[in-house]
Amino acid sequence: MAVLVIAEHDNAALKAATRNTVTAAARLGGDIHVLVAGSGCTGAAQAAAQLAGVAVVKVADAAHYADQTAENLAALIVAQKAGYTHILAASTSQGKNTMPRVAALLDVAQISDIVAIEDADTFVRPIYAGNALATVRSGDAVKVVTVRTTAFDAAGQGGGAKIEAIAAAPDAGVAKLLGRELTKSARPELAAAKIVVSGGRGMGSGENYHKVLEPLADKLGAALGASRAAVDAGFVSNDYQVGQTGKIVAPQLYIAVGISGAIQHLAGMKDSKVIVAINKDPDAPIFQVADYGLVADLFQAVPELVTAL
Amino acid sequence: MKVFVPVKRVVDYNVKVRVKSDGTGVDLANVKMSMNPFDEIAIEEAVRLKEAGVATEVVAISCGTAASQETLRTALAIGADRAILVETDADVQPLAVAKLLKALVDKEGPQLVILGKQAIDDDSNQTGQMLAALLGWSQATFASKVVIAGGKAAVTREVDGGLETLELTMPAVVTTDLRLNEPRYATLPNIMKAKKKPLDTFKPADLGVDVAPRLTTLKVVEPAKRQAGIKVADVAQLLDKLKNEAKVI
Ligand SMILES: Cc1cc2nc3c(=O)[nH]c(=O)nc-3n(C[C@H](O)[C@H](O)[C@H](O)COP(=O)(O)OP(=O)(O)OC[C@H]3O[C@@H](n4cnc5c(N)ncnc54)[C@H](O)[C@@H]3O)c2cc1C
Ligand SMILES: Nc1ncnc2c1ncn2[C@@H]1O[C@H](COP(=O)(O)O)[C@@H](O)[C@H]1O
Repeated sequence: MAVLVIAEHDNAALKAATRNTVTAAARLGGDIHVLVAGSGCTGAAQAAAQLAGVAVVKVADAAHYADQTAENLAALIVAQKAGYTHILAASTSQGKNTMPRVAALLDVAQISDIVAIEDADTFVRPIYAGNALATVRSGDAVKVVTVRTTAFDAAGQGGGAKIEAIAAAPDAGVAKLLGRELTKSARPELAAAKIVVSGGRGMGSGENYHKVLEPLADKLGAALGASRAAVDAGFVSNDYQVGQTGKIVAPQLYIAVGISGAIQHLAGMKDSKVIVAINKDPDAPIFQVADYGLVADLFQAVPELVTAL
Repeated sequence: MKVFVPVKRVVDYNVKVRVKSDGTGVDLANVKMSMNPFDEIAIEEAVRLKEAGVATEVVAISCGTAASQETLRTALAIGADRAILVETDADVQPLAVAKLLKALVDKEGPQLVILGKQAIDDDSNQTGQMLAALLGWSQATFASKVVIAGGKAAVTREVDGGLETLELTMPAVVTTDLRLNEPRYATLPNIMKAKKKPLDTFKPADLGVDVAPRLTTLKVVEPAKRQAGIKVADVAQLLDKLKNEAKVI
């Protein structure tokens, strides 16, 4: 009995989300194998082998895994299915893109975005933007699961897994990467940051967003996030969006600035340890989830906070 | 080119659902239902492709109870040409929906299926990818831009780190993200016209698909409520609380 974890990486290094997924795998019992599919991905494979609890790292190194397309990854994962009771990936844009494809090819359901494991067949997952938690049982022979990373701690180091090269599956050749526009930032990754400062429509403009929130994020060593309204208005790019249909975050401290607190936004941040809201409207729903609410004009309060820090 | 757009009837996004006290699910009695917001974006995109002369026919499809006809009429009012209801009272899970859609694709031969990325009730985010797998087609999920030319689709996708653009060989499956477009409002004349557009009904058995659920819901509970917080008087008090009470900075 073994569990297969699909690694997320950029060939050189492993993404943090994989470590949380390994912890979820450990809850299931059985050996943990990690699949690293990439192109020139030795660095990522070695990092995976060092994770505590991992027994085997399988590496498929081929040019057609460079872009991590769902068609090619899914075909490879399905070819490797023998001997696994569960196949897990993080519920990131890559996991969401690939794993349902794997499940359909195996003719099994996928269990999306789990936040707890009751037993090998039974999982807890949020539905309705996190307004309800469903406990679901799967009767399928193989469980294909995506894992909400904020619900599981990151696996530690100190492992010494065996690294095995495996054969690549054929290139489907139906999807080609034309280009990427990735946000470059020296700040911590939003989904894994200890402190997140988010701005909403109340920021008024992209210029204000950066001028007001960056000094605060700098002082706190925080990641920057945003509401959908701020993203739609073009203040910041899509990868800043926190919420039901954006990123799920659960930092030690979440500071919501000029955000009203729509249910879709709360779905992405209400598991944060401490929530601060700065909003000029005393009746804004965000105050219902905030540990500390400050009713104030953000253009005064935030600079004041920066100076006081 | 024919385009399929699957649309799901879901609880309206403004409704805060309540969990039933017996733990069997959420209370849907007398709750406002609407088309899944991502599916409105999908219909809008397909209609724009038709207006641009890229698509020739837009077919809206829904799998669910007879009430889903209402959702299909909304799709027709936005501009779909005809609709198909796969009528069932069963709880149709994403794999079952994908199989029903595959059966219809096999029958009618569209070159493009545009779905929402996620239904806001089950939050599964699976159906499009599953359909692409069953058909053996290429896929581009979380689309914020779609350009179709010369048998290829160039699709810009919203991914965790930013954006990426894929070129897909058609036929293909695309799932929509929020910023793909802003759906139009259906005008009254179009709502009237939609009533006369064709709507065919099938049963899952007509399509030879077993829709039995693979996942059994054992219970549904409300998430733990957060402790009510406090309002602080000013920045100084906020800072004091964060340092000395919460100890997070
Ligand atoms: C299908 C779907 C999915 C969605 N997914 C998401 C999602 O993932 N994430 C998300 O965030 N939203 C999502 N939304 C949108 C959500 O419903 C809200 O529209 C959005 O969160 C509102 O953003 P906001 O709070 O920034 O804007 P608003 O609701 O307009 O709030 C702005 C706030 O700023 C305050 N303000 C204004 N000026 C100042 C000032 N000078 N000082 C202090 N406060 C000020 C106002 O009092 C107000 O409370 C989704 C919606 C749909 C339909
Ligand atoms: N019952 C259904 N009928 C029609 N389309 C559906 C149905 N369920 C899901 N879909 C489509 O699949 C998308 C993703 O749904 P899901 O995988 O359930 O999150 C939706 O946005 C719809 O486009």
